[in-house]
Amino acid sequence: MSTATTLPASTPAATVGVRSWKTPIILMVLSLLGLAVFALGAPSNDVTFRLSDPGEAIVLPELVVSAPVVGWFTAVLMVAAAAWALMLTRSGRRVPVWVVAVFGLLFVIGFLTWVVGSANTPNVALYGLLSGSFALAIPLIFGSLSGVLCERSGVVNIAIEGQLLFGAFAAAVAGSLSGNAFVGLFAAAVAGAMVSLVLAVFSIKYIVNQVIVGVVLNVLVSGLTGFLFSTLLSSDAAKWNSPPSLPPIRIPLLADIPILGPILFNQSIVGYLMYIALAAVYIGLFHSKWGLRTRAVGEHPKAADTLGVNVNRTRFMNVLLAGVVAGVGGAFFTLVSVSAFNRDMTGGQGYIALAALILGRWNPLGALLAALLFGFATNLQYVLSLLGTAVPNQFLAMLPYIVTIFAVAGVVGKSRAPAASGVPYIKG
Amino acid sequence: MKLELKGITKRFGALVANDHIDLVVEPGQVHSLLGENGAGKSTLMNVLYGLYEPTEGEILVDDRPVTFNGPSDAMAAGIGMVHQHFMLVPVFTVAENVALGNETTKLAGMLNLEQTKRRIREISDQYGFDVDPDAVVEDLPVGVQQRVEIIKALIRDAEVLILDEPTAVLTPRETDELLGIMRQLTEDGKSVVFISHKLREVKAVSDVITVIRRGKVVGSADPSASTTELASLMVGRSVSLNLNKAPATPGEETFVVENLTIASATGPALLDGVSFGIRRGEILAVAGVQGNGQTELTEAIMGLQDHVTGSIRLDGEELVGRRTRDIINSGVGFVPEDRNVDGLVGTFSVAENLVLNRYDQAPFARGVSLRPAVIEANAAEKITEFDIRTQSAATAAGTLSGGNQQKVVMARELSRPLQLFIASQPTRGVDVGSIEFLHRRIISERDVGTPVMIVSTELDEVLELADRIAVLYGGRLMGIVPADTSRDVLGQMMAGMSADEATAQHTDSKGGAK
Repeated sequence: MSTATTLPASTPAATVGVRSWKTPIILMVLSLLGLAVFALGAPSNDVTFRLSDPGEAIVLPELVVSAPVVGWFTAVLMVAAAAWALMLTRSGRRVPVWVVAVFGLLFVIGFLTWVVGSANTPNVALYGLLSGSFALAIPLIFGSLSGVLCERSGVVNIAIEGQLLFGAFAAAVAGSLSGNAFVGLFAAAVAGAMVSLVLAVFSIKYIVNQVIVGVVLNVLVSGLTGFLFSTLLSSDAAKWNSPPSLPPIRIPLLADIPILGPILFNQSIVGYLMYIALAAVYIGLFHSKWGLRTRAVGEHPKAADTLGVNVNRTRFMNVLLAGVVAGVGGAFFTLVSVSAFNRDMTGGQGYIALAALILGRWNPLGALLAALLFGFATNLQYVLSLLGTAVPNQFLAMLPYIVTIFAVAGVVGKSRAPAASGVPYIKG
Repeated sequence: MKLELKGITKRFGALVANDHIDLVVEPGQVHSLLGENGAGKSTLMNVLYGLYEPTEGEILVDDRPVTFNGPSDAMAAGIGMVHQHFMLVPVFTVAENVALGNETTKLAGMLNLEQTKRRIREISDQYGFDVDPDAVVEDLPVGVQQRVEIIKALIRDAEVLILDEPTAVLTPRETDELLGIMRQLTEDGKSVVFISHKLREVKAVSDVITVIRRGKVVGSADPSASTTELASLMVGRSVSLNLNKAPATPGEETFVVENLTIASATGPALLDGVSFGIRRGEILAVAGVQGNGQTELTEAIMGLQDHVTGSIRLDGEELVGRRTRDIINSGVGFVPEDRNVDGLVGTFSVAENLVLNRYDQAPFARGVSLRPAVIEANAAEKITEFDIRTQSAATAAGTLSGGNQQKVVMARELSRPLQLFIASQPTRGVDVGSIEFLHRRIISERDVGTPVMIVSTELDEVLELADRIAVLYGGRLMGIVPADTSRDVLGQMMAGMSADEATAQHTDSKGGAK
């Protein structure tokens, strides 16, 4: 009788993956560096990490460790991790992300212990290092969220830098003139949106290359604010450039949690706005109608169009919203960290935010983690130069950028941008 | 729902894509639009779906005139469309794709995907679609993706469903399933507009056939009309659908592929242990549904793929690891599958495109300079020989029709002595008249003793040209079978059955039926 109705399940083609040696090689080089510097080159003294500010409600004891012990401990574990990664790759398997993460943590611990240990004063306030990192990360997170909103809808936003800078400038001027920090905050949002408006009009309506428009906008904002700073703002700094600052607001109980409490729950309004923006963008993007349409427009605009979604309007609104978010982030510079505007005071943070966006794989939470990493690298540089280490200052100043290059160049692996990001949509 | 188009005209500048087209789609009917590529079928449907505004004419739904300002108007009026290139977001789940533009929401604009999933399951059960609402679209086979498109239309209560060239990407088996779905839909009182140029399918499923040529309705036909009649109506003159080629006289095997494997960074190997040989004076046709490794196979031979292992030998010489330029110079002619991307430089003139592979060699170049006079003369000669319809040799190749563009590529590749000729999708998007010509050229290349490899997803073309047929599925060779193998066996091989299994099963079921 016939058995013709069943199709034999033919086995799919065997997985012959292309082996990527990038990760194990980088890990191996870094672990050998660790072995040579952190372990063999370890200073013989103890290192003190202060965990809490003495003024806090709960004060943790100081952590005192021996530099050679920590150096050898981290170096050996790193070499082991690198060797394991090498073996995994040899047998054609992938190196899990957590291995890279643990490796990174070990490297940071080893590096910190070594560099602090060999400083003039082998004693560092860890809480200060972390809270400083977080403060530096706040504008980066706003910038990355701005990037997420734009790129998820299909517009590349190189102008984050310009949005941050113009936001900072507007906040300083409006805050000074009105004497009210909230007026400054509002002005910052409007200023960011104005930069976005230009970006949106040129890239969406006139289909100019989005990267070029973004770069030009950054140069334009830098020139404009620089000019006004050296003429108007310098002529009468008391009137034009002395904005009131937004003080930190301490949330009772939560702020008493050791280490994390003072960092997370003793923030200015801008810091709390960041939490709200982060949650709103994340939930909105993945669980709301607006988010579904935004992502569709950024992935396959034609499909969205055939289903009655207005592609260019969706993009336009998202770019404007992104400007508001980045503008508020810019206000952090002049209303929270420093109470005055200074020429080019954002200093490339917008580009770092862009890197955080890519490293965070266009996901708000990923961007948060990446921004924290970059904030940490930047603050580490400040703290270390104060301690007086053996490492030349110029090398420390490179630290955040070296971290950026390594991170984005893909220790973490290949990331996938929204398919239509940077591609203008032309009907028909 | 009754749908009527009255005097629809669509002009793009001077070009008249649709010229006073009248069409009536009655409820419960499969109404086929038959026409060649570029006849204006897709334009007409885009007008109907609100993507284009008609220059003249009107659309009537249940005898009431309507205007569509966009696809949402058309959808609201009960018209659904399954585009030739699916309008699905690859990284979204089925439910997200179906919900898009038609979202059910909870408080504050939050998505209620559960409700969408429930509706998908209902429709899926009703028509036996077997679609999982939580699957990510890019992981689904093409046939299932198409059903997702149909669900998208049905969930919006479409009464008229337009299917634009739906079978182009399907295996024969999936095509049969789709034709079944179309019948089921019409039984439910819905109507289907079926756009195709494949005569057999149109005959099999239609209630009414309307034939369109150069933007005009040239007549309607009964599904019982013969394929030859339909073809001549479509083309406008009598065409011979059979080449009647002479049997091959194969010589020695000069082209050998052994254990060819292409690793992929992301998943299964793109090509897995493929081995075959082609003899002089023989055509090997590689059949298979698009995306089963054909592109990678041709590109690997041309040195355009990375991560290639195994061996490709031409006249005993290894090709793997050599530069593309060397491979071309060793006598390999290659017609790539997408002439607009790989075959031509659209802004270059016809004359320039005709020497793209030899521009730096004598007689077209001397030292560092080109010799325009020789290039011109060559162009004039090829334009006559291949009957390329162009205003002049200086016309930009991109402005030519698909068939003429393909002739330019073919003329370039065939105008020197070859050791191997590879043509990928040699007649895709080419009018029927040119198809015949191109096929004859391929066969005459075989007859001078060149090993020829044809890659085609059109089973008709494979059966017409092949001396032997190789079938690729999922990057693996399902077997090489003789040219007289039946469509059923080939269809099952294209769905992943080995040659032996497919043949055995076929003879088996024949025996069982007796």
